[in-house]
Amino acid sequence: MASDTKGESKFFVFQSLQTSNLKSLFVDSSSAATSFGTTLAKSPLSHTQYPYVTGSSVLGIKYKDGILIAADCGGSYGSTLRYKSVERLKSVGKFSVIGGSGEISDFQQIMRYLDELTLNDRMWDDGNSIGPKEVHNYLCRVMYNRRNKFDPLWNTLILGGVKKGVKYLGMVSMIGVHFRENHVASGFGNHLARPIFRDEWKEELTLEEGILLLEKCFRVLLYRDRSAVNKIQIANVTEEGTTISKPYALQTHWEYKAFHNPTQGVEGSW
Amino acid sequence: MVMEAPAKGGFRFDLCRRNAMLEKQGAHPPKFLKTGTTIVGLIYKDGVILGADTRATEGSIVADKNCEKIHKLAPNIFCCGAGTAADTENVTDMVSSQLELHRYATGRNSRVVTALTMLKSHLFRYQGHVSAALVLGGYDVTGPHLHAVYPHGSTDTLPFATMGSGSLAAMAMFESRYKEDMTKEEGMELVAAAICSGIFNDLGSGSNVDLCIITKDGLEFLRNYKQPNPRTYVSKRGYSFGKGHTAILSTKIIPLREQVTVVEGDAMVEE
Repeated sequence: MASDTKGESKFFVFQSLQTSNLKSLFVDSSSAATSFGTTLAKSPLSHTQYPYVTGSSVLGIKYKDGILIAADCGGSYGSTLRYKSVERLKSVGKFSVIGGSGEISDFQQIMRYLDELTLNDRMWDDGNSIGPKEVHNYLCRVMYNRRNKFDPLWNTLILGGVKKGVKYLGMVSMIGVHFRENHVASGFGNHLARPIFRDEWKEELTLEEGILLLEKCFRVLLYRDRSAVNKIQIANVTEEGTTISKPYALQTHWEYKAFHNPTQGVEGSW
Repeated sequence: MVMEAPAKGGFRFDLCRRNAMLEKQGAHPPKFLKTGTTIVGLIYKDGVILGADTRATEGSIVADKNCEKIHKLAPNIFCCGAGTAADTENVTDMVSSQLELHRYATGRNSRVVTALTMLKSHLFRYQGHVSAALVLGGYDVTGPHLHAVYPHGSTDTLPFATMGSGSLAAMAMFESRYKEDMTKEEGMELVAAAICSGIFNDLGSGSNVDLCIITKDGLEFLRNYKQPNPRTYVSKRGYSFGKGHTAILSTKIIPLREQVTVVEGDAMVEE
């Protein structure tokens, strides 16, 4: 009995909230004009429509002993290169590393969700630790559910990890598209790095070969992606654990003869 | 009281609000702006190598599996074209004719910069409506030259260039492997690799690789230099169906001679 009355009163509150919302819509003159004649009421809430501070591409490959993920340290504010020391690679639990491209604030929120996830996992205190497959699945569900509410977390996440000798590399996009592959890329890396991976990746790459491959792709991104920064970090996940390198810069080559005097012999062109 | 149980049958209009909201916010189906092609050019030690794929698309249909995208402007100047096929064909034909007349007028071999200026001024006059993006290469008396021409009329003079929807995939190959003063074999291999990268990683490009090598001594036009998409299954039984393949269930013969009477008349007379 007591629960019934409680339920009813909750209903009542809910109803009055609803009607007060509608009232506020009618009172607001601008939305009244739109909502009066149509069946569509203009919502007073609006969700993220576009990202503000964004990180550019993240690249990931599997190699002989584990996973290598690379990202640069840039955060662009539209067309300004605003932040040059953003850490876009973070380790998750004991076995995984996540790299995020897209809106930086949403990536930080995702890190908070993951901290909560790993904390809850620790609290079970059962000797098991959350692995890359579980983290990937959690991220897929979070991203897809946010997308269904038309309030996406504007990120493409690359997740890699090694647990009990099994290598795992996967990707989740902001609309919930997810898959596992031997090599993944986000952002501009999709267009510039993926052709190189498809041509040059092979099973059983050594650590040096893997780093060289990632650096080669990052160099192409430096030349051809306007939001790339020459300050990259590489994360290495193996059975032993995860290490994220300090940021460093790549060598670029600008000394082609053709660049010194491009219009020599073709006076009249530019 | 107010809460309704979900309907068990009939029409559901839940998504109408969502669709109307999306339309109001400007959501529209994706448009394909870039054109389906990968064209590249490269300067090596002795000259210029131009490469192109061979797929012509009409929306999402492959209209021509093996078209030619490398056009001749002069015996020593060739041009790859991306964009609307009619625009690239006609612009290159027009400039080719103009260059021939120019050769007769001046009595000299054409220079690449002449072709470049003709193309560039024509395209600029049409403010980008002539949708032709070209990679122009040639070897004239001043040496090997390579230019990229954009639909609005701007040009770039480069040691290596890519255009079309597969340009990023091809450029990834070039940026990671280009070196100065390559030999002919290295250059051909790199150009073929760049076109193959476009063929396999871009949906708008496909089929075969065409190459064109222009040097001081002449030119080599290698049509279908590489064919990485062969037709792998051909039925061994063939497609000829001789008599006896199909079972005859019934026969009915209607002789037409009995129904048509032909009356011989006078021959027609010319008036």
